[in-house]
Amino acid sequence: MIYFVLIAFLLLLMIAAAIYSISQKDLLYATLATGIISLVLSILFYLLQAPDVALTEAAIGVALTTIIFLITIRNTVRFENDEDNFKSEVK
Amino acid sequence: MKKVIVFLLLATLGVYLAITFFNIGFGDPHFVNGVKDFYLKETVENLHVSNTVTSIVVNFRGFDTLGEVTVLFLAVTALGSILYKKRHEVGARSVLFSSSSVVTAGSKLLFPAVILLGVYVFIHGHLSPGGGFQGGVIIATGFLLMLLAYENYSVSHTWLSIVESLAGITFAGVGLLGFMNGGTFLQNFLPTGVLNNLFSGGVIPIIYIAVGFKVAAELTGVIYTVLHEKGVK
Repeated sequence: MIYFVLIAFLLLLMIAAAIYSISQKDLLYATLATGIISLVLSILFYLLQAPDVALTEAAIGVALTTIIFLITIRNTVRFENDEDNFKSEVK
Repeated sequence: MKKVIVFLLLATLGVYLAITFFNIGFGDPHFVNGVKDFYLKETVENLHVSNTVTSIVVNFRGFDTLGEVTVLFLAVTALGSILYKKRHEVGARSVLFSSSSVVTAGSKLLFPAVILLGVYVFIHGHLSPGGGFQGGVIIATGFLLMLLAYENYSVSHTWLSIVESLAGITFAGVGLLGFMNGGTFLQNFLPTGVLNNLFSGGVIPIIYIAVGFKVAAELTGVIYTVLHEKGVK
């Protein structure tokens, strides 16, 4: 019983983080939310007895992808509203 | 009108996918008694590998793993070829995260531990969860830690290329040796040893060590390239 409650809670957390990362205009927070999705997904893989996949998801999804996105945001723009300014500057 | 056509096309696609998935029939005897039993039995009795996932990934489906490594190599090459010119013009780090002395000292302390964990994961790929890809990524995150903490820390691109090429040649070479000895590509030709020993599983540890070095070198190269890319600010 407690197992199913835990899995349901983790799934709801994943969906909430996904909706947050789509609706958020601040790309830094959106990237961190996608990192949380990967973290919860790796916990779920571990609970479903797939430790190999959990390890992959934790290493690639949580650490590497998030950091590469953060570096990209640092190099470009942080807010989604800045898109128009960004385009005009490139021209 | 356009929306109606799009809706019709999507509905057709959806119906076909629904029929396909409905006909798979998860839980059928075909699935329960299929190839799974062969893998579980063969892995423990003949190959002497404790981790069934590893034996499937490297031995039974070894050719697919070679394809995956090739895909990663091509992606990294494409990234390097796109970002190379800008990096060459700038020559210095484009992103600087200012770090305090606590961060620098702590990352210097953690770096060997992270590398050791990565090496452990890919050397014990046939005994415990994990393997070449996971260990390689962990090593790459160790280099990422050092690159973020120290502004003047740099990785030699020449050495990365050499390690990557040697690891790829080792993978393909072991496959070809299996071709000469056993008859098929990536066939096991070494003694399989005793179950749960470090030196067991035939060619699986050799291939996973090669994959670990290759993935580590490629992803470190990706991080290095992205960090040295001059942004359009």
